Amino acid sequence: MWENIKDFASTFFVTGDPLIYGADVSIVLTIIAILFVLTKYKKWGWLWREWLTTVDHKRIGIMYLIASLLMLFRGGVDALLMRVQLAFPNVEFLHSDHYNAIFTTHGTIMILFMAMPMMFALFNMVVPLQLGARDVAYPFLNALSFWLFMLGAMLFNLSFVIGGSPDAGWLSYPPLSQNEFSPGPGQNFYIWGIQISGIGSLATGINFIVTILKMRAPGMKLSKMPLFSWSVLSSCIMIIFAFPILTVTLALLFLDRFAGAHFFTMDGGGNPMMYLNLIWMWGHPEVYIVVVPAFGIFSEIVATFSRKKIFGYKSMVWAMMIIAVVSFFTWAHHFFTMGTSASVIAFFAISTMIVGIPTGVKVFNWLFTMYRGRISFKQPMLWTIAFIPCFVIGGATGVMLAVAPADYQYHNSYFLVAHFHQVLIGGVVFGYLAGIYYWWPKLFGFKLDEKLGKWGFWFWNIGFYVCFMPQYALGFMGMTRRYYTYGWDRGWADLNLVSTVGAFMMGIGFIFQVWQIAYSIKHGERDTTGDPWNGRTLEWSIPSPAPFYNFAVVPQVKEMDDWWETKEAKANGTYKEQPAKLEPIHMPKNSGIPFIMANFWFLVGFGFTFGWVWMAVIGFIGVFACMWARSFQYDTDYYVPVEEVRRTEASLGRVV
Amino acid sequence: MATNHDHGHGHDHDHHEEHEQLKVLGFWIFVVTDCVLFGTLFATYAVMMNSFAGGPTGQELFQLPGVIASTFILLTSSFTSGLAVLAMNKGNVKQLIAWLAVTGLLGLSFVVLEVTEFMHLMSEGATMATSGYWSAFYTLVGTHGLHVTLGLFWMTALMMQLKRRGISAVTRRKITNFSLYWHFLDVVWIFLFTVVYLMGVM
Ligand code: HEM
Ligand SMILES: [Cu+2]
Repeated sequence: MWENIKDFASTFFVTGDPLIYGADVSIVLTIIAILFVLTKYKKWGWLWREWLTTVDHKRIGIMYLIASLLMLFRGGVDALLMRVQLAFPNVEFLHSDHYNAIFTTHGTIMILFMAMPMMFALFNMVVPLQLGARDVAYPFLNALSFWLFMLGAMLFNLSFVIGGSPDAGWLSYPPLSQNEFSPGPGQNFYIWGIQISGIGSLATGINFIVTILKMRAPGMKLSKMPLFSWSVLSSCIMIIFAFPILTVTLALLFLDRFAGAHFFTMDGGGNPMMYLNLIWMWGHPEVYIVVVPAFGIFSEIVATFSRKKIFGYKSMVWAMMIIAVVSFFTWAHHFFTMGTSASVIAFFAISTMIVGIPTGVKVFNWLFTMYRGRISFKQPMLWTIAFIPCFVIGGATGVMLAVAPADYQYHNSYFLVAHFHQVLIGGVVFGYLAGIYYWWPKLFGFKLDEKLGKWGFWFWNIGFYVCFMPQYALGFMGMTRRYYTYGWDRGWADLNLVSTVGAFMMGIGFIFQVWQIAYSIKHGERDTTGDPWNGRTLEWSIPSPAPFYNFAVVPQVKEMDDWWETKEAKANGTYKEQPAKLEPIHMPKNSGIPFIMANFWFLVGFGFTFGWVWMAVIGFIGVFACMWARSFQYDTDYYVPVEEVRRTEASLGRVV
Repeated sequence: MATNHDHGHGHDHDHHEEHEQLKVLGFWIFVVTDCVLFGTLFATYAVMMNSFAGGPTGQELFQLPGVIASTFILLTSSFTSGLAVLAMNKGNVKQLIAWLAVTGLLGLSFVVLEVTEFMHLMSEGATMATSGYWSAFYTLVGTHGLHVTLGLFWMTALMMQLKRRGISAVTRRKITNFSLYWHFLDVVWIFLFTVVYLMGVM
């Protein structure tokens, strides 16, 4: 009996690595600390009522933001561990299999559990406010999406200390990801962690499409809608076409592993190339899904901080919509070298280059907007300006990769690693950070400290070039990706050391940002106006932080950049005050079902990960019961009385 | 109208209608995503079409009469779900529930037939693990069957709600979505029948 338990524990818990024992201890300590604080200050009820059951899009946005920052930390630590291992030749800091696990979790976490939630954080923080809406179309579904993401992410992260991390790369190509080569639970964690959070992402896609199409304030025609909302629409259209493919792909991989199916196996008629096609049919659009909202953010920021209307509004919209379509026809550029006909390769090479055109149009539009503008270099603008050269270089190296014959040289080399980090960090991370700095005051009611922010900014930026420019050279020198060590004779030592130094500089930049947030909570400049940047769009017309019902009176939109026009008209004295009439506000009720249901999904995932079918069955029954219960709930909304609206507005310093 | 608010708000009716409209649109988009899902499964099936790996082929094992019977049953159920919607539009709850019940029974027999078919195939030595072809077959056909099964539970829940609450803006929207879902499954089945069974035995 005792032997059995010991046996089980030694396979269940990951052992034999000081890093992991360290993680075990810190996880247990953190959990104890959280439980202690919640109990001591009697915060359980508050946590449940205000956060776990909330359907308020702004709070959901905040939770996404916190989760994504934590994941940025985890993914960043992975990155630093890899760079330490690669700093000098013949380092024995990580074992090869540990290195494999780390590059896998790093890539997966950064894209699916950092970039995606940070994007959803921004959707939630901004879109309804920008549209003049009181909420998203389906608040309950929105909460469900969040909790599915959260529990999927937790499941994935758990693999580090329980069962073992996946180590077949962030896209899990078979046969590496099949039972034969990945026998442990790690790969199952990968499948279920992503599957569960992916369902949440799909639901968010549907939710925001309907929100944007149907919830705009009266008068806001699509042709007057702010560009960030347009970018969200484009991104969500890609989500609804791409994520079902991912769902199927992961399910098939799971069937191969769990039920002995032969989709991607080497025997039994399976076809591993089919996996590559499927995963990249999702994977390529995925990178556009995360980058297009960043384009929207830059458009808002450039206009606001140049004090000008955005240049080429229509072409911006077209560019985003074209990207949404063409991004689905480029997937095969990820495996040019794996042998297909010349005409297929030519098709995908050309379509890849075509995506570059609308992107180029956008860059020029931003530059023209800045041209002769009165630019103020606040933090959001700094990141935007830093983005432009970074993205242009990244785009240029992307086109180099798209030249199919040349790709035989670059494929899977460090040149590629440098390229995709350039677009992902320079485009996605810089973009989202810019957006967070920009909209932070709207959510929290204060600005983030400029001085600390500038330190963070410069460390990130200089660090970025120091880290990734040498990698282009290393690629040319023959270093391929996923090497875990190399010898002195290769001549790669100097450049690798420089690259590692750069990575640590970015790490320092991140620490400055955390410090900046902590510092600003106490000392940050309070925003009493609701419009700290002299903004142009509707979200700046209401107090900061926005009250839970967003708009006391739903705005009537007449122009593009309506809030800016209103301010101009007020300054000119041509503004006609409309008598505002308060009405009771229709709001959704909180619900515990999303949280509970996501926990049951977690059980499903955890059960399948270890092959405990009984646990998965319990999970499914729970999920089902939650859906059933929800179907029978009719009393799901309420009205905020006029008096309460008046009181809330008064406490925020407004009269209505 | 069955709303549970005790406030004197004049736009109540409009407001709810509008909200329910919104949910129908969302459901349409959900159906689009489900189309992509089935499209992907069809594509994998097409790739695996000839990957028998020395195992049995569809041509050898399919028994068309049973499948044709299932097809008729499902088509009929789609028709009866249409009749249910007609009854709803006439405001006749009893008839509505009755037609839903008929639809449900037909759906149930479809699922039973499918399970019987799967058992038969497995007894003939064609399982998920036999070859790429059968993996794709069970996944594609099974996913459709799973959808139908879920639809049965959904329908049961709706009948219970109709009994309790009658026809309101909310139940009306739910029935609309349900019938959309049910017709959609019918269309998927027609593709499935053609691509998997007809082309399989040809
Ligand atoms: C913050 C600084 C970062 C550093 C220093 C860094 C470093 C690295 C390193 C050393 C690798 C392994 C290369 C190899 O295969 O040998 C890697 C891979 C990867 N990184 Fe990063 N990274 C950073 C940020 C990011 C971000 C923000 C993203 C995405 C949004 C990202 C996505 C990826 C992906 C997808 C891979 C491929 C993983 C695989 O090979 O399966 N990284 N990174
Ligand atoms: Cu691509």
